[in-house]
Amino acid sequence: MKTIEEINEKIRQGDVCVVTAEEVKEMISELGPERVLKEVDVVTTGTFGAMCSTGAVFNFGHSDPPIKFKKVWLNDVEAYAGLAAVDAFLGATKPSETKELYGGSNVIEELVAGKEVELKAIGYGTDCYPRKEIETSVSLEDINQAEMINPRNAYQRYRAATNSSDRLLRTYMGTLLPNYGNLTFAGTGEISPLNNDPEYRTIGVGTRIFLCGAKGYVIGEGTQHSPPFGTLMVKGNLKEMSPKFIKACYFPGYAPSIYVGIGIPIPVLDEDIVKALAVRDSDIKTTIVDFGVARRVRPVVREVSYAELKSGKVEINGEEVRVSPLSSFYMAEKIMRELKKMIERGEFLLSTPVERLKREEVFRPMKQKEIKVVKDVMVKAVTIGEDWTVEDAARLLIEKNVNHLPVVDEEGFLKGIVTSWDIAKAVFRKSNKVRDIMTKDVVTVYPEDPIAIAVSKLEKYDISALPVIDSRRKVLGIVTSEALSKLLGR
Amino acid sequence: MLFLLRFDSKTVREPIISLAAIKTGALINILRADVGARKGELIVEVPDEKAENVLELLEKMGVEVQEIKKSIAKKESCVHCGACLSICPTEVFYFNGEKKIELRAEKCIHCGACIKVCPTMALYFPI
Repeated sequence: MKTIEEINEKIRQGDVCVVTAEEVKEMISELGPERVLKEVDVVTTGTFGAMCSTGAVFNFGHSDPPIKFKKVWLNDVEAYAGLAAVDAFLGATKPSETKELYGGSNVIEELVAGKEVELKAIGYGTDCYPRKEIETSVSLEDINQAEMINPRNAYQRYRAATNSSDRLLRTYMGTLLPNYGNLTFAGTGEISPLNNDPEYRTIGVGTRIFLCGAKGYVIGEGTQHSPPFGTLMVKGNLKEMSPKFIKACYFPGYAPSIYVGIGIPIPVLDEDIVKALAVRDSDIKTTIVDFGVARRVRPVVREVSYAELKSGKVEINGEEVRVSPLSSFYMAEKIMRELKKMIERGEFLLSTPVERLKREEVFRPMKQKEIKVVKDVMVKAVTIGEDWTVEDAARLLIEKNVNHLPVVDEEGFLKGIVTSWDIAKAVFRKSNKVRDIMTKDVVTVYPEDPIAIAVSKLEKYDISALPVIDSRRKVLGIVTSEALSKLLGR
Repeated sequence: MLFLLRFDSKTVREPIISLAAIKTGALINILRADVGARKGELIVEVPDEKAENVLELLEKMGVEVQEIKKSIAKKESCVHCGACLSICPTEVFYFNGEKKIELRAEKCIHCGACIKVCPTMALYFPI
């Protein structure tokens, strides 16, 4: 048994033994846990990944005459100003209002790099804060406080992503190629902080950490903390951070985000802690989920270990699928070594957590009003056969007072769709048969899809109706934009 | 060696790749093809030792040939995450012993898929 105070005394004396999480695993298997407990005092863990729930709170000081921000922008990226007069919170994923591929993450990166950013604000104009607008430029030196406060960082593990659909998807998990074309995952597995302390014995509220080169602190469980998918809420002074350990990034089709570097020292206090430090990638399991289904509960493709993920290839349905990590192992290892050096030099003391993080799994979905699905709004479709004439189609449209005719075969399976526009085309081209004028590439929905999916498809493809089909493409009905707008009151 | 082949309205109709393969005995690997009614573009890989023969023949048949030398390159902003690894169709990218991303540029077929997926916009084609 050792105590954190004893370890800190060794750090002050300069005779502490620090190893990285990567090294300790080898040592445990070579020397055995008892000797590791005796010889090693601190193990450094690390992660470097895109952590969207990142941001910074600023106090800019008062202008003359003073202003209370109604809205404030830094390099045209809006920060939240619903705080005291000149306080604001800038989120990493907030996009710029004027510049593409630029967001809150870039502003934070530029500030850390010592650059100036443009501050623009409008005020309410009150008796105590009369000023109504201001434009200036500021760097970290000019700001009273610039504190990084991240609601959710350092995910213990995360669901890996793939895509069964026939469309390329641009997601926060990177680009997912169609038909299980690739797989992406996040997290650093066996060297990641929380995987080395899964009971959260030494990582808790008040734990001093390495945050982008600065000394930061764990301030609580992160949002969506749900062990073993644990997360941390952290803070650290932006003014002390190093541009080496923070990097703005951009996920096309999703948003800006930011690579955050976190290192956490784990004091080797007793045998249980050594046991936890022995964890290997093969012990750390997660699931592969299918982003091809745009629902909250995405279908699970299979279970997978971090060892498989890190091997670069994972088997799905008998086929080898190539894997992309989204976290940087190179940077994570660099952080572990950097933190090790800081401790050895006596610059970084360990702290005892004042409160433990929650250990039970709790994760609620959003409370929503009843979710309406396509089935609730679809109507019976008036269908037509491929061999019918254009005249038949025209008659049907008029007699049944509809605008869309799904084209089906004898068994009711979808073959195409004909609209009044196609009839106009037919007259012009002197076509005779439905087969010749129908659109074959039909955009469809399933009866259990939420209506939000139907709406987004109508908007995306700029069309006015969607046949509703089952998994065998049999037509069950049709949902039209009129029916949806009535429902949504637009 | 990699070659970019441009076919005009006449050559695009001829079975030129098959002819070149049969006549030279070279195993020609088509990496990318964009063939339309009036023109076409192929990127092909030809074994080095047969490259000269194939090149000569293709040019004789009226195909415009350009060797692809400059391929994908990487800037300092790379954080070595590996997002590019599973996107590249020809496995140009790999982790070295330090877990840093390295390039086998000679395998690049200029598709540009990686450029769009790199989160730190570190990949580009040098001009």
